[in-house]
Amino acid sequence: MFCNQNFIDEQVNVIMKIKKEASAGTATKNDALITISPRDGEGIEVELKSIVKVQFGDQLIAAAKGMAQEMGVTSALIKIEDKGALDYVIRARVEAAVLRAQGGADE
Amino acid sequence: MRRTMLFMPGSKPGNLLNGDVYGADSIIIDLEDAVALAEKDSARILTKHAMRTFHYDCELIIRINSLTTPFWQADLDAVIPEKPDVIMPTKIYTADDIRTIDAYITEIEKAHGMEAGGVKLLPLLETAASIEHAFEIATASPRMVGLYLGAMDLALDMKATRTHEGYDIAYARSRLVIAARAAGIDALDTPYTWDIHDNDGLAEETRMVKNMGFNGKACIYPGQVEVVNDIFSPTKERYEWALAIVKGAEEAEAQGKGVVAVNGELVDGPVIIIARNTVAEYEKINGVHRS
Amino acid sequence: MKGKLVASIEEAIRLCGLKDGMTVSFHHHLRDGDQVLPMVMAKIEELGFHDITVSASSIHGSHGCLADMIKSKVVTGIDTNFIHKCVGTTISEGYLETPAIFRTHGNRPHALATGEAHIDIAFIAASAADCQGNMNGVDGPSAFGPMGYAFADAQFADKVVVITDYLVDYPLTPISIDERYVDYVVKVDSIGDTSGIASGITTISKDPIGLKIAKTAVQVFENSGYFEDGFVYQTGGGRTSLATTKFLKEAMDRRGVHGACILGGINGLFIDLLEQGYFNKIVDTQCFDLKAVESLKNDVRHQEIACGHYADMCAKSCVAAHLTTVMLGATEIDTEFNVNIHTDSNGLIMGGSGGHTDIAYGAKLTVIVTPLLRQRRAAVLDRVGTKSTMGDTIDVLVTQRGIAVNPKHQGLRERLLDAGLPVKDIHELRKMARDLTGEPKPVAFTDKVVAKVYGYDGKLNDVIYQSKG
Repeated sequence: MFCNQNFIDEQVNVIMKIKKEASAGTATKNDALITISPRDGEGIEVELKSIVKVQFGDQLIAAAKGMAQEMGVTSALIKIEDKGALDYVIRARVEAAVLRAQGGADE
Repeated sequence: MRRTMLFMPGSKPGNLLNGDVYGADSIIIDLEDAVALAEKDSARILTKHAMRTFHYDCELIIRINSLTTPFWQADLDAVIPEKPDVIMPTKIYTADDIRTIDAYITEIEKAHGMEAGGVKLLPLLETAASIEHAFEIATASPRMVGLYLGAMDLALDMKATRTHEGYDIAYARSRLVIAARAAGIDALDTPYTWDIHDNDGLAEETRMVKNMGFNGKACIYPGQVEVVNDIFSPTKERYEWALAIVKGAEEAEAQGKGVVAVNGELVDGPVIIIARNTVAEYEKINGVHRS
Repeated sequence: MKGKLVASIEEAIRLCGLKDGMTVSFHHHLRDGDQVLPMVMAKIEELGFHDITVSASSIHGSHGCLADMIKSKVVTGIDTNFIHKCVGTTISEGYLETPAIFRTHGNRPHALATGEAHIDIAFIAASAADCQGNMNGVDGPSAFGPMGYAFADAQFADKVVVITDYLVDYPLTPISIDERYVDYVVKVDSIGDTSGIASGITTISKDPIGLKIAKTAVQVFENSGYFEDGFVYQTGGGRTSLATTKFLKEAMDRRGVHGACILGGINGLFIDLLEQGYFNKIVDTQCFDLKAVESLKNDVRHQEIACGHYADMCAKSCVAAHLTTVMLGATEIDTEFNVNIHTDSNGLIMGGSGGHTDIAYGAKLTVIVTPLLRQRRAAVLDRVGTKSTMGDTIDVLVTQRGIAVNPKHQGLRERLLDAGLPVKDIHELRKMARDLTGEPKPVAFTDKVVAKVYGYDGKLNDVIYQSKG
């Protein structure tokens, strides 16, 4: 297996507003539960709980923020309950949570 | 070569990380039955990110939700740009279903500047109608690389009862193999679901479907992979037998002889073809390179 | 006959003349079910003693009381082979007055024999004893198996107190440790909960990755050149290590190879192999489940031995020195094959060598089995947090994504390659792990040493520093 963690989505130019609180993922091994909610004012704030916070806290926060920004989110609170997820999982869970916060990816 | 296709749920990060370590020729990331309705979106997104991050050491197949659901297009939108090897459509009824999916994939390929037709199709035949239309389905698109039998749903659709012996799906198996062979594509058998730890039962069923003409069998548990691989792989003895025939045929050809004899015995044309296939298969599996 | 019976633990403590600053010892045969250490230590605390050193063959999950006693200075020294995280965290936080001493199972009895380590009073839990102190671990309601770790304590401690919940008429038979060493006997209601012996590590893994690794590890042994009649086998207590027994059996069937002996750390899986005729004998210092206890009691082919006989590499010989192969786990392994089983990824104490370091040295073929990563923690690193077992005693690393052979064994590497096994350079495995996890930020330590880690030869392998938290 070859692994490349450096994928970055094309930046979108529209602003993606977080309309309501939404979650994605699970607080189980190798996964993370991500909850995104509206926040007063600009900026993305990340609250992180992780079993590897000391070693990978900065990377986890960067992955979550990066994904939200690539999707056009400019204001949100992202809570991460991490159980050892790799960056790609964080990015996927943030993407799902952001879409759900619009009213649902499938709706 | 698709001796084994190992299923893993598209919703589980741990599985996606390790799917290719069990030696399966293909892995199937499942967005359909292994994923709960409420997680269809998150599984599809997770699968997309996994595909961007990992390049597996084997063929990658994505099983998508059926045309009867609101999910199949979103599934394709998410995964096609990541260039999976194969898409596995589900609940197929007719060749038109294949053409519908083919057309949609073509649209996505065009939109992303991808080579048209690069992504292949290997549908699950799990309705009575699909078995009746097996050959038309097998030839419905140049993307088609195989037919895969889904016994559980098929039995349900047939109002049959699944039996360990497989009487209920015997006709479907035969029909599917014939259709696949007639179309020149692979025939893949339903997984062994009676007891995932019963390797003897699995081996018995696998030998039976191999004898029927199947190319391989899907696996729903990593422990099944090696059992199925072994049965669909030529043994060393079989390889040596085949190699002697292939060499005999090569010599005869070089000497311009019309008749091939190995160890004093005449060898028929079909046997030479079988021997050539066996040699190629063995060398591919075992990484043998003949000079 | 009253013999050496005294009324209570308190009386035994008084008669033994316990003073502040002394060392008391315990064995860990009851593992997570042990109640003798907590019972005795609670009494020592209650009687107002301070500055006690606890010498225990291992400190387990039922010994959490020591954490508070370390904070209140009742306990100021620890001398052991393994420390569960319930006490390890407290030590890593710097509360223990003197650095904890980590030895190995094999070297602890040696250190006691030479006087390098000393025990003033040994408190020995026995599942059965008589009034003169003859004892065993196979009779009575709390039977736990062999008394392997307690032999040296009985032999070398100044005073020895036997604590049992099953007192029988003199003389007890069979006898594991005899009355010559014993000063006092105390009868208590219960020495512990035998269901805690298993400590959750005696069932075969259902984890497909663990099974895949175990299977590959057995293929390594099968093709190593060492797989022949008369081999001696041991596994560590981890799930993946134990799962090798399943595949070993298949390999023995396939190749018609018969084993001489299993050494351990014994559980029911090994008993099956003995009873089905795959091996001739079991040599046992410690049982991991009740099926093993039953076997030790009833099957003469299953032999109890003292811990020094098991793995004292400084003795004239020992059983572990005759090992053909051993399958061991690792929390971390580095590119020089050094293994860490003492500290977690945050640098906190949560384990210890036990016999790992001894048998890695003793076996001809030492195989480490570990997944490449556990969640986001890489198991293959540039440098391990603590050098528990030195890399020159490790021969092969098996992960789910390939095998690495210690470069000192080119011949072995060739044999495994010829067998078609996925042999890679350990740096390649290291890179795979790092590509997945990313580069971790190093954990921070103060310059205070909280523990010293000694090897099978009694030499200092490494020290552990206080965590900055």
